[in-house]
Amino acid sequence: MNRKKFISSSVLASITAFFGSKIVLGENPTSIEEIIKPISENNLVPGKHKELIIQNPKPWNAETPPHLLDDKITPANKLFVRNNGLAPKNIDINKWTLTVEGESAKTKKNYTLAELKSKFKHYTYQLTLECGGNGRKEFSPPAKGNQWDLGAVGCPEWTGVRLKDVLEDVGIKSDTVYIGYYGKDVHLSGDKEKVVISRGVPIKKALEDEALIAWAINGEDLPKMNGYPLRLVFGGWPGSTSGKWLSKIVLRNKVHDGPKMTGMSYRVPKYPVAPGAKVPEEDMKIIEEMPVKSIITSPKTGAMVKGNKLFEVRGHAWVGDLSIKEVLISMDFGATWKRCTLSNPVNKNAWQHFNIKLSLPKKGYYEIWAKATDSNGKMQPMVVPNWNPKGYLNNACHRIAVKRI
Amino acid sequence: MSEEEEVKNNEALFEHIDGVVKWVRRVFIVILLFPIVFYFTSKIDFEKEEELVDEPVVSEAIIENGIDQESGLIVDEGYEIVRGTCGACHAIDLVTQNRASREGWKDIIVWMQQTQKLWDLGESETIILDYLEKNYAPKEQGRRAPLKDINWYEL
Repeated sequence: MNRKKFISSSVLASITAFFGSKIVLGENPTSIEEIIKPISENNLVPGKHKELIIQNPKPWNAETPPHLLDDKITPANKLFVRNNGLAPKNIDINKWTLTVEGESAKTKKNYTLAELKSKFKHYTYQLTLECGGNGRKEFSPPAKGNQWDLGAVGCPEWTGVRLKDVLEDVGIKSDTVYIGYYGKDVHLSGDKEKVVISRGVPIKKALEDEALIAWAINGEDLPKMNGYPLRLVFGGWPGSTSGKWLSKIVLRNKVHDGPKMTGMSYRVPKYPVAPGAKVPEEDMKIIEEMPVKSIITSPKTGAMVKGNKLFEVRGHAWVGDLSIKEVLISMDFGATWKRCTLSNPVNKNAWQHFNIKLSLPKKGYYEIWAKATDSNGKMQPMVVPNWNPKGYLNNACHRIAVKRI
Repeated sequence: MSEEEEVKNNEALFEHIDGVVKWVRRVFIVILLFPIVFYFTSKIDFEKEEELVDEPVVSEAIIENGIDQESGLIVDEGYEIVRGTCGACHAIDLVTQNRASREGWKDIIVWMQQTQKLWDLGESETIILDYLEKNYAPKEQGRRAPLKDINWYEL
């Protein structure tokens, strides 16, 4: 039986959790209300496509199977969910405000949603969002965290105002180094005062045209699980930089130091390390741009092709702040490669689409591998790249299994 | 009153007191349970409004192929403590999808204590670490594992 199909009693689970922790531990971690939180143990992420693969229902984390990423513009219900805390409930959009302040802000300003929408020009961009830990599942020895496979990535069309227009309205001091965000998600401990995650980007990235304060995906309100009603979007950088349920932006005169900016989170070693190595915190650096990567979205893995029938292989390729120069396909584990047709990016940080027609030379089992090259000439590795303690940045080639019958 | 009558009266009195005590205890339990039941009922109603979950079905623990179907944990000594402790804050999926050495699991506990408000686990820590070390140890998978669980279909 598939455990995900097993509808459990949230009441029973909560009682077990409550009495289990109380009796066993003696110490009361938080109040009763905070411990007895119902766990949605059914197999649907609120507002999402039913085939999303759930990594974790509390907090919600779910990825998209590659074949569901076939659309050129990712539909809202197919965009992955990577939450660190619990989505806020009972949102009143008339009362939602965004505060901009900080030691490097010339003033402090508050904007209602209506003010943001009326005061600043609107922009729409296709921006690729990928979780820094996408592909973590393949690292060996394993790294802790959600064991993302392939689909913690998507490229919808985002609409909002430029972050730089808002920052300039507040006033940016010349000593500004970084911006940081704060959101309204709730920490798993139930502590309303505890910040779940507060990351950001260097001011240079924040001032790019494509850096948005967004309220819409594909012309509609942001999904609940993706930051409704307001969020940041920085295409090509780890998804965690694009703060959700956005309520505050701070202009900093140093690298922002909110929760999950420091320590080991969203950081990789400054130098290559052996698998399983212990790396001191001071030898870790913040991940900025995401590396070159691609995904085959059609056919779905497991296709059986009759005879020498031609079939189309297609997908998307993306890279941090550069563009994709070439996508190659191999049917023989890298011995030979064929060049795919590749589209230009619609705008900076948008993924590009590739396709090629193939037929399989003789009866048997094949794997189709895709390998993208970025505009600086860097390629995806065919094996899992540099091991790192938290399992980030696995951009190894995607492959699907096919058979000729 | 004869001695016999006195004993009978006493017995009757004791029975009466016993009955009252039982009655008081029942009322007490009902009073105690009421807010808890009310709490859960209100929670369930709230979730229905939010359309977040299907109607919950109260069930006994179901174990299939050595896996606790509610949590997904491998059934072994200490799994209930793991389920109760870890599940107090996050879904158990965060345990079952991960693998680490005893030292690795200990590091995760320490990290949660330092940054995520996890409390001192006391005597449970050893039970939890014993369980995790035995049942969720790393598996060697190399630089690229073979593709598996492929659902074949005709294109």
